[in-house]
Amino acid sequence: MASILTNLFDGVAYGMLLFVLACGLAVTLGLMNFVNLAHGAFAMAGGYICAVLVNNSGWPFFAALPLAFIGSAAIGIALERTLYRHLYSRSHLDQVLFSIGLVFMSVAAVDYIMGSSRVFIKLPAALEGQIDLFGVGIGRYRLMIVVICGLLTLGLQLILAKTRFGSRLRAAVDDPRAASGLGINVPQVFAFTFAFGCGLAGLGGALSAEILGLDPYFPLKFMIYFLIVVTVGGSSSITGPFLASLLLGIADVAGKYYVPKVGPFVIYTVMIVILLWRPNGLFGRTAAR
Amino acid sequence: MTALSDVSTHAMASARCRISEVAFWVLALACAFLFPSRYLIMTDIVRLGLFALSLDLILGYAGIVSLGHAAFFGVGAYSAGLLALHGIINEPVIALVAAGLVAAVLGFLTSFLVIRGVDLTRLMVTLGIALLLEALAERFSDITGGTDGLQGIEMQPVLGLFAFDMFGRTGLFYSLVVLFILFLLARRVVHSPFGLSLRAIKNNPLRAAAIGVPVNRRLIAIYTLAAFYAGIAGALFTQTTALASLDVFSFERSADLMLVLVIGGTGYLYGGLIGAVVFKMLQELFQSITPQYWLFWIGLVLVVIVMVGRARIHRWVLFVPNLIIRQLAGRKAAVAVPESDAS
Repeated sequence: MASILTNLFDGVAYGMLLFVLACGLAVTLGLMNFVNLAHGAFAMAGGYICAVLVNNSGWPFFAALPLAFIGSAAIGIALERTLYRHLYSRSHLDQVLFSIGLVFMSVAAVDYIMGSSRVFIKLPAALEGQIDLFGVGIGRYRLMIVVICGLLTLGLQLILAKTRFGSRLRAAVDDPRAASGLGINVPQVFAFTFAFGCGLAGLGGALSAEILGLDPYFPLKFMIYFLIVVTVGGSSSITGPFLASLLLGIADVAGKYYVPKVGPFVIYTVMIVILLWRPNGLFGRTAAR
Repeated sequence: MTALSDVSTHAMASARCRISEVAFWVLALACAFLFPSRYLIMTDIVRLGLFALSLDLILGYAGIVSLGHAAFFGVGAYSAGLLALHGIINEPVIALVAAGLVAAVLGFLTSFLVIRGVDLTRLMVTLGIALLLEALAERFSDITGGTDGLQGIEMQPVLGLFAFDMFGRTGLFYSLVVLFILFLLARRVVHSPFGLSLRAIKNNPLRAAAIGVPVNRRLIAIYTLAAFYAGIAGALFTQTTALASLDVFSFERSADLMLVLVIGGTGYLYGGLIGAVVFKMLQELFQSITPQYWLFWIGLVLVVIVMVGRARIHRWVLFVPNLIIRQLAGRKAAVAVPESDAS
């Protein structure tokens, strides 16, 4: 019983991590209709920024996390302004080719700069080990992930639903022409959202180094997971991708633990079935173009 | 003149064999004789060209964007490997066709998944199928050899006459003949009324359905055919290298294939072949500059191609050949122009 609960908790932590990693993609892919396969590259950038700061410069882990966010967001906005912006109106094929190219470049560049082996981030002692909660062993690190990601999700939901920026974003996505007619600077809103999504991915990358593993092939290895979260979750709200991430996280952890031999293709099969059953995602409402 | 005969004259005119096409194949054959020390890389190019031709059939003509075309390549490769390894079909040509048919069956079955949904769903489903097959191949390692791949494949002579030699001479000519035959078939297919209806579907599925084209049936047919071609390319890979490993399914293979086709241009069949030549040469060049990090330059090429615009690049690439053709055959000569696919 306790092991089931521990697994469930691990799955929740994994799912929340996936959500933070992928929710930026939910905006670019789901709302802006841009197929960005390079999303994992921003996550990797955040992870490596955090690793360099902590391991080489001796920064404390918690101080390096915000910088992972800022660094990835900065890279994101630079690329958005120079490259991505020109591709919003292009065909999906062009977008796919472009972002695959970016992934290849990032993989080789990180390999060149940081080496091809897996990188570990030194964690503070307070995050190591387990605590015992009502007889259930819970990893401290995973508890921290659940707390941070839970807060982020709440914050995102509030920003989207309650703030002026949130309503501008929703307007810009619903109908860019009408929104710009109302005086909303649509490209600016998109650029800011894109950068914010990249920043979240970077933060997720820094947090995930311990659990998912961080090496130059990170963007390729987890690309399918991010895509699953977004396509299965749909894009009409934050809740859809969030639930999809939790499902995926729990299913993946449980699959690897209980049926290690068939784990991967259970997930792919479920994904294909869901996509065929509900092409717009489990929780999606809007018709994909 | 009725509309029907109008269409058929148009189709026949565009299907006529052009002098530039003959020149292309003569050049390809000449290369095979001129560079005896480069058999292996040329075989590689021919194989890749055939694989790209297969993707061109669905991407360039039917407009299906696939991120998992390596699935069929891999199935073909493993089928050919298993057939040879267990001595089920020893004759390479029959084994080749059999492997292609296995891939075609898979293509037919998965086509029902692919025709549903829009671009994005198709991307995900094709990618998912390739990943699924890779996971399966890894799981059933007692059949596929797992991460070690199939080992100890021994190929019998082609048609019982031409034994595979260590320099790859037989392999090259064998691949070249297979490519040529399949190319002629593809050429016939895309210039037939069936091919024209595919273009109609690519341009506007709704309109195509409205004028009476059975959209789904046509897409299933071409997807199955493309799977057959990819399976043959995979089988050629196994037969000429005596090797089949898990990386035949890898995402990088599907992504590289897209690059090949994009370099050469989609929708005029030669794109895959020209792209394969350019891609392999680029790869050799980058690997000689930076052995470990050539992936970076491949990525850069992709990004630059997309940023500059595919149609524009093709105009530049075809500038010199067109100039030569015009000089030789006068102003009215048929010029190689890729159909610009701005869709």
